[in-house]
Amino acid sequence: MNLFNILFYSIALLIVVSTGLAVTRRNLVHAVIYLIMSFFGSAFVFYLFGAPFLAALMVIVYAGAIMILFLFIIMMLRVETPEEQLFPARQMWPAVAVAAGYLVVGALLAAHDPAAGAVLGPAQTEPAVFGAYVFRNTWLAVEVTSLLLLVALIGALFIGKRPTHESEE
Amino acid sequence: MRVDLIDKVPSGAIGTLWEGTKAIAAGFATTLKHVFRPPITEEYPEFRRVLPARTRARIVLTRDPDGGERCVACYLCSGVCPVSCISMQSAERTDGRRFAAWFRINFARCIYCGLCEEACPTSAIQLSPMFETCERDILTLVYEKEDLLVDHGGKDPDYNFYRHAGVVTAIGGKGGHIDEDPPVNVRSNMP
Amino acid sequence: MEPVSLDVTVDMDLQIWIIGTIALVLKLGAVLLFLLLMAAYLVLVERKLLGRIQVRYGPNRAGKYGLLQPFADTIKMMTKEDIVPDAADRVIFLLAPAVVAITALLMFAVIPFGPDITVYGHRVPLVVTDINVGLLFVFALSSLGVYGAALGGWSSNSKYSLLGGIRGAAQMVSYELALGLSLIPVVMEAGSFSLVDIVNAQTQLPYILLEPVAFAIFFISALAEIKRIPFDLPEAENELGAGFHTEYSGMRFGLFFLGEYVHMQVLGGLIAVFFLGGWHGPLLPGPVWLAVKIVLVCLVMIWIRGTLPRLRYDQLMNFGWKVLIPAALLNVVVTGARLLW
Ligand code: SF4
Ligand code: SF4
Repeated sequence: MNLFNILFYSIALLIVVSTGLAVTRRNLVHAVIYLIMSFFGSAFVFYLFGAPFLAALMVIVYAGAIMILFLFIIMMLRVETPEEQLFPARQMWPAVAVAAGYLVVGALLAAHDPAAGAVLGPAQTEPAVFGAYVFRNTWLAVEVTSLLLLVALIGALFIGKRPTHESEE
Repeated sequence: MRVDLIDKVPSGAIGTLWEGTKAIAAGFATTLKHVFRPPITEEYPEFRRVLPARTRARIVLTRDPDGGERCVACYLCSGVCPVSCISMQSAERTDGRRFAAWFRINFARCIYCGLCEEACPTSAIQLSPMFETCERDILTLVYEKEDLLVDHGGKDPDYNFYRHAGVVTAIGGKGGHIDEDPPVNVRSNMP
Repeated sequence: MEPVSLDVTVDMDLQIWIIGTIALVLKLGAVLLFLLLMAAYLVLVERKLLGRIQVRYGPNRAGKYGLLQPFADTIKMMTKEDIVPDAADRVIFLLAPAVVAITALLMFAVIPFGPDITVYGHRVPLVVTDINVGLLFVFALSSLGVYGAALGGWSSNSKYSLLGGIRGAAQMVSYELALGLSLIPVVMEAGSFSLVDIVNAQTQLPYILLEPVAFAIFFISALAEIKRIPFDLPEAENELGAGFHTEYSGMRFGLFFLGEYVHMQVLGGLIAVFFLGGWHGPLLPGPVWLAVKIVLVCLVMIWIRGTLPRLRYDQLMNFGWKVLIPAALLNVVVTGARLLW
């Protein structure tokens, strides 16, 4: 077992443990922090696989931007009493279903291509090469995603605007 | 700086931008100029400004021109003090004149409001401009009568309460003091 | 955090490895020493300069010209009681200041401070680590720095701190966008995310001349990013006490402070690297030039602090989203057009 393996397995353990903690914490802020740690671990794994670009994006986008928005919302929420934090168990089922789905898909993918060469290969280069690859080979997906984001943006604008209209009427 | 800028704010984005830039640049120029001005600070321990006589700081108990203690232990200062930091015990001399057997001010609590000085009928208690009373041990800030008593009249050197009012003394009896009216017979004061 | 280089051991010979390690430790030590000392004296310079701007002397009691003031302050903070409020979320409360300080310090790892030098026939680059996504590394860290303020504010369990934390999070997330977008033209010009390459691309012409708009946007968003006047709403002392660090005392407060001043230098360094040609400059050696540029940027920041009032919250958000971000986007398009043509 060399250094690489030791690092990989310890980080994998970190990811699993912190993700587990993230979904079981009652305190939302703690959950967010564990989730951040989990994203960190993923970024580190990307780095170990020789894809620093993905690692940096992982930290910037997920750990940095998205989770801070989560935190932002949570900080604005009322702090719940312990009784309110105990939600009924059936609320868990959709989450379990989604997780199971992901597990199946992930297992299938891993079985199909254990080295994950097809997915990770293009990312293991210079950022410039990777960028060119993404925009040449998957431009349709990129455009669809950006369209989606644009729609979301306009939707947010619309929702944000509406109350002022009503109050003016 | 001119104050009437508001009247002639130019319309249009360019004009606003120009005015804004000019205003910000003026601000920066001002602060830059100030960096090269000599500071106007007076540096305290080296330079001690002579404070006005009525500055409110450490309290003293003054004496009248004859050298007698002014305080008649009337408790007015003690009563008016908002933080109750004055305490005393009154006593009476053989000639009927009152004095404070002991008199204590806790300067750790005093807020130097000056109300005691205002309340005092004899001008005995006065605030002085001496403010350097810092101590490391808070109990040393409790001043006794010996610490408070000074041998001058403070801000009002010529005043002597017993020449104007009070018990019978060498200067005069009841109604015989300077500017004092003879006592009124309250029973004759019928409407 | 990211390891500097993991695979050195694999196939290089021992000598190179040893020299590499020694060089790394030396570089780390030098950078740390420089940053911390500079941070301490930056505080002094700031207080002095602000004093002069307000026509008074700054601190001038500890040592000649107050030169020992930083040490006096450090001793004071170290010896003060480390108070944790009863209702605080203890672990997060204790960790938040460290997040601020660590992210600020780590950012300097990718800033090159000189040309490669040769030691015993081996090339040693004068940068702690040159990774090909250096710029993104900086952004990753600066987006993590937000957590320090946000979590510090939240975990204190005080109204003022919470408001400060929320303001900090909102402001930093908004301005990070402008910060990132303003640098895209620089990356387009240099064709690389690596800070070393960006510096080397400016041998002829510093990018401030080529990209003045990007420079302005970057500078303004950088001020917002380190929460300095005119963007110091998260700590707005006259409405929020001290904002997210109201409840902190002793050295934990000191860590927030240290983080702020290290961050100031890092942004000075980044501005130097992206727009002022990094360590390039006539006559003087590279590290000196970089230091000069950092100090210059910091002085300008102090000057701004002495001049401008604080923005209102809606002004801050409007300015970020409606002025800076569109301008940055436009700048990207213009630069792209120019590069194509
Ligand atoms: S100055 Fe005010 S607080 Fe002090 S002893 Fe007099 S009345 Fe009391
Ligand atoms: S008010 Fe004046 S006379 Fe009366 S007790 Fe106080 S100091 Fe003495």
